[in-house]
Amino acid sequence: MSSDLHYKTATELTELLADKKLSSVELMKSVIDRTKAVDGRVKAFNSYDEKDALAQAKASDDRRARGLSAGPLDGIPVGLKDVIAVEGQPLTASSKMLANFVSPYDSTVTKKLKQAGAICWGRLNLDEFAMGSSTENSAFHTTRNPYDLERVPGGSSGGSAAAVSAGEAPLALGSDTGGSIRQPAALCNVVGMKPTYGLVSRYGLIAFASSLDQIGPFARSVDDAALLLGAIAGHDPLDSTSFKTEVPDYCLELAKRKGPWRLGIAKEYFGEGLDPEVGAAVQAAVEFYRKQGCEIKEVSLPHTEYALDVYYIIATAECSSNLARYDGIRYGHRSKEATDAIDIYFKSRAEGFGPEVKRRIILGTYVLSSGYYDAYYLRAQKVRTLIRQDFLDAYQSVDAILTPTSPTPAFKVGEKAANPLAMYLSDIYTIGVNLAGLPGISVPCGFSKSGLPIGLQVIGQPFKETELFAIARSYEQAHEWGSRLPAL
Amino acid sequence: MSTDLNIDHVANLARLALTPEEKARFSAQLGDVLGHIEQLRKIDVSGVEATAHAYPVFNVWADDVARPGLPVEAALQNAPEHRDNMIVVPKVVEGE
Amino acid sequence: MNYEAVIGLEVHVQVKTRSKMFTRVEAGYGRAPNTLTDPVVLALPGVLPVMNKVALDAIIKAGLMLGCEIAPVCKWDRKNYFYPDSPKNYQISQYDQPICRGGFVEIELPGSARNVMGEHKRIPLTRIHLEEDVGKLNHETVDSLIDYNRAGTPLMEIVSEPAMHSAEEAFAYLTSLRQTMIYGGISDCDMEKGQLRCDANISIRPAGETKLGTKVELKNLNSISFVRDGIAHEIKRQVAVIQAGGTIVQETRDYDGQTGTSQSLRTKEMAHDYRYFPDPDLMPVKVDEAWKARIKSECPELPFDKQRRFIEQYQVPYTITSVLVPDQELSAFFEEAAKLSGKPQQVGNWIVNDLLRELGNARIGLAEAKVKPAHIAELVKLVDSGTLLSNAAKDVFVEVFQTGDSPAAVVDRKGLKAETNAGELEQWCRDAIAANPKSLADFKAGKDSAINGFKGFIMKAAKGKANPKLVDETLRRLLAGL
Repeated sequence: MSSDLHYKTATELTELLADKKLSSVELMKSVIDRTKAVDGRVKAFNSYDEKDALAQAKASDDRRARGLSAGPLDGIPVGLKDVIAVEGQPLTASSKMLANFVSPYDSTVTKKLKQAGAICWGRLNLDEFAMGSSTENSAFHTTRNPYDLERVPGGSSGGSAAAVSAGEAPLALGSDTGGSIRQPAALCNVVGMKPTYGLVSRYGLIAFASSLDQIGPFARSVDDAALLLGAIAGHDPLDSTSFKTEVPDYCLELAKRKGPWRLGIAKEYFGEGLDPEVGAAVQAAVEFYRKQGCEIKEVSLPHTEYALDVYYIIATAECSSNLARYDGIRYGHRSKEATDAIDIYFKSRAEGFGPEVKRRIILGTYVLSSGYYDAYYLRAQKVRTLIRQDFLDAYQSVDAILTPTSPTPAFKVGEKAANPLAMYLSDIYTIGVNLAGLPGISVPCGFSKSGLPIGLQVIGQPFKETELFAIARSYEQAHEWGSRLPAL
Repeated sequence: MSTDLNIDHVANLARLALTPEEKARFSAQLGDVLGHIEQLRKIDVSGVEATAHAYPVFNVWADDVARPGLPVEAALQNAPEHRDNMIVVPKVVEGE
Repeated sequence: MNYEAVIGLEVHVQVKTRSKMFTRVEAGYGRAPNTLTDPVVLALPGVLPVMNKVALDAIIKAGLMLGCEIAPVCKWDRKNYFYPDSPKNYQISQYDQPICRGGFVEIELPGSARNVMGEHKRIPLTRIHLEEDVGKLNHETVDSLIDYNRAGTPLMEIVSEPAMHSAEEAFAYLTSLRQTMIYGGISDCDMEKGQLRCDANISIRPAGETKLGTKVELKNLNSISFVRDGIAHEIKRQVAVIQAGGTIVQETRDYDGQTGTSQSLRTKEMAHDYRYFPDPDLMPVKVDEAWKARIKSECPELPFDKQRRFIEQYQVPYTITSVLVPDQELSAFFEEAAKLSGKPQQVGNWIVNDLLRELGNARIGLAEAKVKPAHIAELVKLVDSGTLLSNAAKDVFVEVFQTGDSPAAVVDRKGLKAETNAGELEQWCRDAIAANPKSLADFKAGKDSAINGFKGFIMKAAKGKANPKLVDETLRRLLAGL
C-alpha cells in the first residue's frame, strides 16, 4: 500500500512482525514519530503515553522471541477513542467533566486487545460524550480532516478516523451510536465498521445511548477491520445486552465469499440533501457491483424519513439518564462555586458539560418527563419497530443494502456549529442502521473534485458480518481509493 | 404532542444551571428539533410493539458469586474530596 | 366525631445474597467504608449492570409465600433522581411491571389475654418489586461523608394496600412480614442493620366515610416498636389537627423514636418526576412454570400455618406455640423431640422453660447448644417412667445442656436413679401418714391434692431417690385401707 511503515496495513505489519523483518518496538517508534510529526496539525489525540506504548511493544517482542506470540494483532498499535476504558489511562470523553479522570479498570474490548497482544495506543479525540458529527464538540480541540485541515474529520469518532487516515495508528477503535464510526471513516477515507448490536461488549464504553451504542474498528482495509473486529467480538457476561453467538475467523471466512450478491438500493437514501458528487460516486459503486454479476434491486425503507426524529428522542432520553452520574460527587469536575450538596449538581454539570451535551440532556429530560413519555419516547420506540421491520422486509429479497455513508463530504470547521439540526442531518444515512441494530460498514469510494473523500455504506443483516465484509472487500479490491493518501 | 418546552423546569430536573443566554438559545434550537419531531404524529402506531432492545433475549443474569471489588484507594482515586475513606460533600439536608 | 385511620406500609427488605443486585462484588454489613465497591457500584463511566439470579429466586419465593401473582414477564426501569447516596443518579427498579402483584400478609392482633390467640386478618398487598439499595450518608457538623458499601444491595419493596386501621395492625403486619421473610431465608430483617425499613402512609377520615383523607408519609420508622409508636402518634396528631379546625397537608414527616415526636421534612421542594423508562442495559425477566415450581418446592410452611398445625397435631397450648413458632430452628427442635418422645406437651415445656433459660444464661443460639432433641425426648421418658424425679430432672437438664451427655448417662453418673425398694418405700409411706394427721384428714375429706402433703416427707426420708410414681401408688393403696 505504501512504503512508509506508518501507512502499512495491519495485515502487512503482521507479516513483517511474523517474519521478524520488523520489531514491534520499531513499529511503535515509527508510529510515535509520525504522530509527533503530524498531530500538531491533525489533533487526533487527546493524549498518548509514549513510555507505556513502548513498554507494551517491548513486551510483545519478548513474547515473540519466546515463541509465545498471541496472534496476528500481537505488537500492532490500536488507537482508542477516549470513551473506552483502559486501566491506568485517562478516560475523558473529551469532556471537561472527566478531564482529570483516570480509569481504574479495563473495558472488555481493552482486555481482549491485551489478550491478543495489541498495543493500546493513545486516547483519541471525539465530540464530547460522542455527541456530534465533527469533533467540534470536544472540550479540548477540534480534530482536523487530514485531507483538508480546514475541514472536520466527521464524528463523533473523528480522532479515530483521522489517526488511521494520517498514519498515526494502523488501527483504531471507535463507537457508533448514529453513525459515529462510519461517517468519519467516510470523511477521512478509511474503513469504518459498526457491528450488529450485541456483537461487541459495551462494558467499559462510556455510554451515550445504551440501546444504540456499539464499538467498532477503523482500519486501512476491510481485511484489517475484520481482523480487529474478530479480536474484540464475542459474548461478555459483563454486558447483559451482548449476544451469545459464534465469532468466526472473519479474515479466513470472508475470503471464501465471492458473491455474486443480491444488493438493495433504497430510493429514500438518494433524495433531497444528497451532494451530487457523493450520489455519483455511490451510483458508480452500484454499477461496479452490477458488472460483477450482482443483482441490484430496488428496496423500500418507507419509514426512513422518521429515523432522525426517532433517533433524537431515543438517544437523548437515554443520554439524559446515562449522563446523570456525572455530578462531581464521586469523580469528575466539582464546581468550586457550589455551596451545598445539591448545588454541586447544578454548578458542576453547568461547568463540566459543553453546549451540545447540555442541549441533548435537556431534550432527553423533556421527552421523558411526566406527561410526555407516551407522546415521545414510547411512540419513538414503536416507530423504531417499524424502521427495523423495513430493513428485515428488505432482507427478504437482498443480502445487503448500498447507500452513501454521509450526504456530503467533509464540511468546514464552524460551518454547521450554530445549527444543530443541520448538523444532525449529516447522520441521516447512518442512524437507521443503529435503530435497527444492524451491521454497517463504510469503505472509500471516491473523491470530490475538491479532493475530499467519499464513503460507500454497505448495510448488512444481523450477525452476518462475514458477508458484509466480503461485499465491501470485493469493491475495495477493485479500487485504489484507499491508497490516495492525504498530503500532510 | 406539544412542544411547550419549559426550559426552567426541565433544567431543574436535569440538575443543570443554565445562563439566561443558554436558556434562550436552547429553547430556540430545541424548538426547531421538536418541530421536526412533530411529524412522528403522522404515523399510525396502533398495535405496534415498542422496541426496547434490538435483539431481546430473556433472563440474562449471573450466578450469585462474590468477587473482589476495587481496593478502597482505587475506589477513591478520582474523588474530588475524601476523608476517612469516604466521599465528602457539603452537608446534605435529608429529604429530596 | 370518631375517626378511622387508614394506613398503608411500604417496606424495604434487603435480600440476603452474596453479591450485589447488578454486580458481583460482595454485599455485606459493618465493613470498613467503601470496601464493598467496584466500578459498577460506584457508577464509573462505562459500567453495565448484570442481574443477580439468586435475588430473583428470592423475590419469587417471597411472592409465592405471600400468595402473590408472579408476572410471567417483567422488565427493569430506571427511576431518575439525583441524590448523593445514589451513584448513578438513577435507581434500577421496576415501575409498571413488578415481578409480584397482589397477595396478602396474614396478621394476628393481640388476644384478650396473653394465653388467648387473637383475631387473624389478611392485609392485602399491592405489589412487590426488586430494586437496588443506595449508599449511606454520614452527617457530620459541616459536611456529609458517603459510604457506598450498601449501594447496590438487592432490595425488595413490599407495598401494602391502605388496609390497616390502627398502629397495632401495622405492628402485627410488620411482625408477620418479618417472620415470613426470615422463614423463607429471604432476609435476616435486622432493622438495626437496615435490612428491613418501613415508611407508613397515614390518613384519617370520619368513621363510615369511604373516601380517603389526605395522607402523610412517615419516614424513619427504624424499629418495630417505633413503627407502632410513630403511627399511633401520627394518628393522634392528625385527629388533633382536625379537631382544632385545621386541615391535614400532604407532607413527609420524620419520626424521632427517642423523643416520640415527628417533624415535617421541609426541604427545597423539587417536583417529583422520576422519568421512568425501561433500562436499555438489562434484558427482561421471564418466569416460567418450572421456575415457579422449583421455588415453590423450596418455600417453607408459613409461621401461622405452623402454629395452627402445632396446636392441632401436638395439642400444645397457644402460649407454647407463640414462643416456639417465631423461631424456625426452635420449632424444628420441638417437632423432632416431640416425635421422638411422643409427649409433645412435656417437650414444649422443657423447651420453653428450661432450654430457653439455659440458652439465655449461656448467651448462645440453639445451633451452638450441645443439647439435642433426642436428649429432651429421653429426659421426658425418664421422668415419665418415674425413673427420674422432676426436681432432679431439672438438674439433669442443666448438666446435659452443659456437657452434651445423654440424660441417662448423667442420671447414672450422679446416682439420681429413683429408689424402688418396695418394703422400704412402704415404711416411709406409713411414717409419712402417721406424721401428717392434717393431710390425712384433708384427704379423707375428699381433697385429693392433700396427698402431696405426704410426699415431701417421703422424699426427705428417701433423700430424693424415691420413684414418684411408686410413691403415689403406694400412698393411695395405704390411704384407701385406712
